[in-house]
Amino acid sequence: MLWTVAPYVTLVIFVGGLIWRYRYDKFGWTTRSSQLYESPLLRVASPLFHYGLLFVIVGHVTGLLIPLSWTDAVGVSNEAYHVNALVWGGLAGVATLVALVLLVYRRRTNGPVFMATTVNDKVMYVVLGAAIIAGVVTTVAGFLPSEVSYRTTVAPWFRGIFVLRPETEAMGHASVLYKVHTLIGMVLFVLFPFSRLVHALSAPLGYLFRPYIVYRSRANGVPRDPAGARMRQNRPL
Amino acid sequence: MRPMAQIAMVMNLDKCIGCHTCSVTCKQTWTNRAGVEYVWFNNVETRPGQGYPRRYEDQERWRGGWELTRGGKLKPKAGGRLRKLMTIFANPLMPSIQDYYEPWTYDYENLTNAPLTDDVPVAPPRSLISGEPMKIGWSANWDDNLGGDPSPDPILGKLSEDVKLAFEQAYMFYLPRICEHCLNPSCVASCPSGALYKRAEDGIVLVDQDRCRGWRMCVTGCPYKKVYFNHKTGKAEKCTFCYPRLEVGLPTVCSETCVGRLRYLGVLLYDADRVTEAASVTDERDLYEAQLDLFIDPHDPVAEAAGLPQEWLEAARRSPVYDLIKRYRIALPLHPEYRTLPMVWYVPPLSPVVDALSTTGHDGEDAGNLFAAIDALRIPIGYLAELFTAGDPEPVTFALRRLAAMRSHMRAVNLGEPPPPLDTGLSEEDLTAMYRLLALAKYDERYVIPTAYGNVPGVVEEGGCSLDYDGGPGMQQPFGEASGRPVPVAIETFHGLKERQTSEGISHNRVNLLNWDARGTPAGLFPPKKKKKKP
Repeated sequence: MLWTVAPYVTLVIFVGGLIWRYRYDKFGWTTRSSQLYESPLLRVASPLFHYGLLFVIVGHVTGLLIPLSWTDAVGVSNEAYHVNALVWGGLAGVATLVALVLLVYRRRTNGPVFMATTVNDKVMYVVLGAAIIAGVVTTVAGFLPSEVSYRTTVAPWFRGIFVLRPETEAMGHASVLYKVHTLIGMVLFVLFPFSRLVHALSAPLGYLFRPYIVYRSRANGVPRDPAGARMRQNRPL
Repeated sequence: MRPMAQIAMVMNLDKCIGCHTCSVTCKQTWTNRAGVEYVWFNNVETRPGQGYPRRYEDQERWRGGWELTRGGKLKPKAGGRLRKLMTIFANPLMPSIQDYYEPWTYDYENLTNAPLTDDVPVAPPRSLISGEPMKIGWSANWDDNLGGDPSPDPILGKLSEDVKLAFEQAYMFYLPRICEHCLNPSCVASCPSGALYKRAEDGIVLVDQDRCRGWRMCVTGCPYKKVYFNHKTGKAEKCTFCYPRLEVGLPTVCSETCVGRLRYLGVLLYDADRVTEAASVTDERDLYEAQLDLFIDPHDPVAEAAGLPQEWLEAARRSPVYDLIKRYRIALPLHPEYRTLPMVWYVPPLSPVVDALSTTGHDGEDAGNLFAAIDALRIPIGYLAELFTAGDPEPVTFALRRLAAMRSHMRAVNLGEPPPPLDTGLSEEDLTAMYRLLALAKYDERYVIPTAYGNVPGVVEEGGCSLDYDGGPGMQQPFGEASGRPVPVAIETFHGLKERQTSEGISHNRVNLLNWDARGTPAGLFPPKKKKKKP
């Protein structure tokens, strides 16, 4: 029951929340960078964290979306696959975790950065940190012989979500570790639209393909007035 | 040929007394909010000096503006598109708050709360960033009026040793700076989100606050460091050229309040098709001429055929900015070597030469003396050239000679003497007109700003009307006059305010947002809730 309802509740909140946020809070949609306050530590930790996370995401996508039968078909043995996953996933996960610790340390010890940290941020960091820790633990634990592979449990369930037939039975066979990690992950997706995480969706890939100089006509779109901009700035996030 | 219009500014540096009125009124209007305490859209620098932020002109460090690739193509100096995206997680080239200055306030409460002692209580400074007590050690104009210490000025590093020595006979001049609203803006080019844009109608460079995602690349991209990061909202902000005022024909706040009346605003027409070509000339010293070539003579039939609104064409024909820049060639761009084709130009300062000559016993206003002395100016030509012409002394000397010739000519006219024969390439009428523009020009001659944005179909004309008071028939906005649709600043003009304050029967309990510090909700910010009528 949990594994049937929860993913859809998550999805609805995630998509609905994003639409709501985009329509009503474009002004609050930002990275909320604190680089102006502190740069040396950020310059090391932030790229490490983000690149680490990108690797982790790629790992999740391949791990969950590619069925066992496909890798078998191209002749990659399950063992080889898992060694690969452990090495790369483990490295990326640990790098991300270390960077997150550095970033949280920076946030806590640097006065101005800490002052700019909202309750929303703190809740998000707890969930994000928990998700990454649980993720690293499952990755490492995945090598214990007693563990059931996620490729036969979590992955079929996950793929099933998108064809509206989540295989809850398969998910039921997964170990507690995977279940915990998945649950925290869903909480993270619920938080996503309402926290600063939304900036991930603004990854400006369009920049690579547009001309350098942007012209816009005053006639297109009503120009905003300065006082109006101030009003919006005062609105709580 | 694709003629476009640009509102441009010229500042006459001879007249700047460094009073900072422009900076203060600009700050009161635009950046008196939390998050931009350290931001001055307009600042006045003493040259030589470090500038604000410190040493912003050192592009080897900050890498603002454009550079030419080996193939002769333009590329942002801080790196192209891919490099920008790779370094997006922590911009390695962004000035820290310390490079600007740490803003502060004073703990005035201590004046009344301090226990009774023999010492008079003081209001100790508190950082606006950390809230902690701080020692004030730097600000946006900390080296104001110093001028004498050449060591931290990046421009001086480029000059030869003899000029440096001449420097030590201290001199200084003031350089007011706003956003350059460049024809080839590198901030716009640096913005990964496409939030920064150049307005097609008037060339004003603006940040779309709803599209900005706070990647901070524009701060790096601008070589003048005139795009700022609001650390509370996490968005970029910059000088808006006071577009709400320009749109209704009023000059910018900095121009309006300038004590020396040294600013000129007007329309320039330029060929948008050749912007990139002009910005990519090989030799930096050719950039000034290349940019001049872009400007279209408003009397040229080409301008007429471009389909611009008639009022804009007429404004372009009366443009004081066109005259100073192209007709008389006495205004020069600031740092053309950044290849952004800036649109705020400067008439270089001449004054000290007259004083210097007078103290040596010569007649400082005499044409012959003045002409000969320009090369031996107290302010080295080399220094001005590094500021305005990428180091080429020729255009600076040319402009200063013309200014000197104008003085001598007008002196002769006033004394009833025959005008001195000077080879300036200007007729007597031109010299007189130039004199009028520089010395006498009234408000409507200094600011020739067309208002006819309304000629463009689909654009609402000035929306404000005298019926927009609380509960009046024009009152439509849900949060009072300062929300919803744009309200032109015109209705905030002196007469409008006065009328509102003195007329009977109009609600007075509202807040002037220009004086609001964006903290809390003062009474009267929102109109009283309307009670629903029972059927």
